[in-house]
Amino acid sequence: MSRIWETPGGIYPPANKRQSLSLPIDYPQLPERLVVPLDQHAGRPCRACVEVGQQVLKGELIGVVDGALGAAVHAPSSGTVTAIEPRPAGRLSGRPARCIEIATDGLERWTRRPCVADYRQMSAPQLVDRIAQSGIAGMGGGGFPTAAKLTPNGLPPIATIIVNATECEPYVTADESLMRERACEIIQGIDILAHIHGNRARLVIGIEQSKPEALAALRAACAKSAMEIVEIPRKYPSGGERQLIYALTGKELPSGDIPANIGVICINVATVYAIKRAVIDGEPLISRVVTVTGGACATQRNYQALIGTPIKHLLRHSGVNNNRLNQLIMGGSISGFKLPSDEVPVVKTSYCILAPDIDEFAPAPPERACIRCGRCAEVCPASLLPQQLLWHAKAANHQQLEEHNLVDCIECSACNYVCPSHIPLVDYYRAGKVHIDAARQVKSNAAQARQRFEFRQLRLARLEREQSQRRAARRSAAVPSNAPRAPVARLSSADIIAAAQNRAASKQPTVEQTLDKLQRNISTLQNRLELAEQRLVAASDDPLNKQNSLRAAVEGARQKLQRAEQRLTEQAHG
Amino acid sequence: MGELPAASAYLSTSAVLLGLTLICSALIGCAWARFPADRDRRIVDIDDLLPQTQCGQCGHPGCRPYAEAIADGQPINRCPPGGQATIDALAQLLGVESLALDPEHGTENPEISVAYIREDECIGCTKCIQACPVDAIVGATKLMHTVIIDQCTGCDLCVEPCPVDCIDMLPVSINGGQGVASSALLATSNIIAHRHPGQALRELP
Repeated sequence: MSRIWETPGGIYPPANKRQSLSLPIDYPQLPERLVVPLDQHAGRPCRACVEVGQQVLKGELIGVVDGALGAAVHAPSSGTVTAIEPRPAGRLSGRPARCIEIATDGLERWTRRPCVADYRQMSAPQLVDRIAQSGIAGMGGGGFPTAAKLTPNGLPPIATIIVNATECEPYVTADESLMRERACEIIQGIDILAHIHGNRARLVIGIEQSKPEALAALRAACAKSAMEIVEIPRKYPSGGERQLIYALTGKELPSGDIPANIGVICINVATVYAIKRAVIDGEPLISRVVTVTGGACATQRNYQALIGTPIKHLLRHSGVNNNRLNQLIMGGSISGFKLPSDEVPVVKTSYCILAPDIDEFAPAPPERACIRCGRCAEVCPASLLPQQLLWHAKAANHQQLEEHNLVDCIECSACNYVCPSHIPLVDYYRAGKVHIDAARQVKSNAAQARQRFEFRQLRLARLEREQSQRRAARRSAAVPSNAPRAPVARLSSADIIAAAQNRAASKQPTVEQTLDKLQRNISTLQNRLELAEQRLVAASDDPLNKQNSLRAAVEGARQKLQRAEQRLTEQAHG
Repeated sequence: MGELPAASAYLSTSAVLLGLTLICSALIGCAWARFPADRDRRIVDIDDLLPQTQCGQCGHPGCRPYAEAIADGQPINRCPPGGQATIDALAQLLGVESLALDPEHGTENPEISVAYIREDECIGCTKCIQACPVDAIVGATKLMHTVIIDQCTGCDLCVEPCPVDCIDMLPVSINGGQGVASSALLATSNIIAHRHPGQALRELP
């Protein structure tokens, strides 16, 4: 049994997971329209590579990575592209995202799937490329492109691969049901990861103690391998990347670092499953398991939903009673956020759709003043000072926010949960982060503009200088008419004649040159004569005067040729 | 009588401290006058606070020239793109009283716009290219010109020289341009609007 390090902070909210675990994963009906956002990952949004009206096959590439970081987007089903435009998206910022809408044809025709018989024959770069082509991005909510995570440049080799199977958020059971039903495929995915890293890394699956069935399934599936399955005591948020790394390895990730800096990769269990599907079955990431739960649903369960499925389609499947619906939440009850409408689609990072009953959630009471009780600091898993952060966020004091390491806040909302004054602290932190990012962007834009401006000034100055130099050079080269001429040396007439003869002699060509020149001349004239004769033959039907002029041309050419040949013989003999 | 020595000690100490203060301030003053590099550094600091739109609304041909003018004592309230925030920052840097924006030089516009060329109307005269202070317009004689939106500072200087009036100043889209930052700020209001959803406080059956 591996040692477990205890992470700071944390809360113990009611889990409410049983409701959605009583039924197996279901495959909902194919929706009529799929809305696939081009922006489902960290990095720049993808660029659409299809056009409106185009037919697409299931699994066909429809959005290509634009920039250094990104995850490709594929058509979740076959059909016709009907629109490429901004649509409401299930994003925290509430801003619409550019989406490709596909009207499905119900035929589910697949594009070619590059299946691999034995991935062990493939090299690590080939496998990573396969994962990149499949558009896999962190499915635990982060959306970080997995291929980029697996190939950290210039960092120490990976010593530990951690599979994050904690799923500590209340209500969410997507990963748990996946582990219960598809443990073997998850283990295969982990084997692929191990193979990519040369089978040298320690493999650890971190799972919460509260999932005995999933644990048993995983244990049974990996009985023969060297994987460690570590049970972590139930606590929210035990599944934060930094928290899990610390709990399993005792290593604390320095602020601002990525896990690869300390030789660790932490990857969500659903992502591992997607890797298996991509490498062994050749399927790009076009569907995911999503929990649809909450008291307003008649059936609470997990769905294997296509990416782009409008959530109202899933809600209809679950028999949501709109009269009892409190609100729609993307994510779990602690760190989830309200959805603007039920039109938003399922994306690669949506693990849960929560439709609570009216009585189920206490409505958020009005916010009161902070009483400095300090409970938020006790539960903060990142050991930050939430009160200070709140203070500075309200004052928009960016410098202080950065000094208090706002960047390390994982937005788990544990502080919100315990706050007796019902302050939505994390909302303030998120706004602060956005402001800091915006200020940084403005700064970098200004630096770029300054550089371009200064470069332009330098260029204009250089052009000016060069022009004035050219003018000066021309001025000095041109001799003014009234300027005194340079004195000419007086020469005797004999000297002048001698100089002229010398010049002529130096210009005299050699015999070979002359002969050569005459030869060339003759061949040219021969060509010309031939051409003239041909023209004359061709013009036999033409009027007489034209024939005459052509005949004259032939004659002229013949005479020239004769003269040239004569000169050649003279030269050769003389 | 016993208090007298204490009082004199107090006085002499104060005199010594006062002397030290005077000497130090004299030294600092000398250094200030002796090292003109200090002016250069100040110009760089001032230039850092200016928005680098290079629009010339302040009456100088760019932000750096205005920074030099401020270092030489010109008023700090002539930069409309920077607005009140820049004036306040300049005032804090220079240790002077903050002023309101001088309306003679323009008004503050919170919405950032960038230039777009209506490309089928462009006749390829290159006049806008010559006007752009940051080389953000590409094109050649008698060929269409276009604005590199990511590099456009929204200075407006290309609009007036265009002989066919085919340049529009449009608010930045959500997808790019120097306005990325401003649209991010807009998103903040949404974040606050998407308040925390509330909490399930009990375990359900």
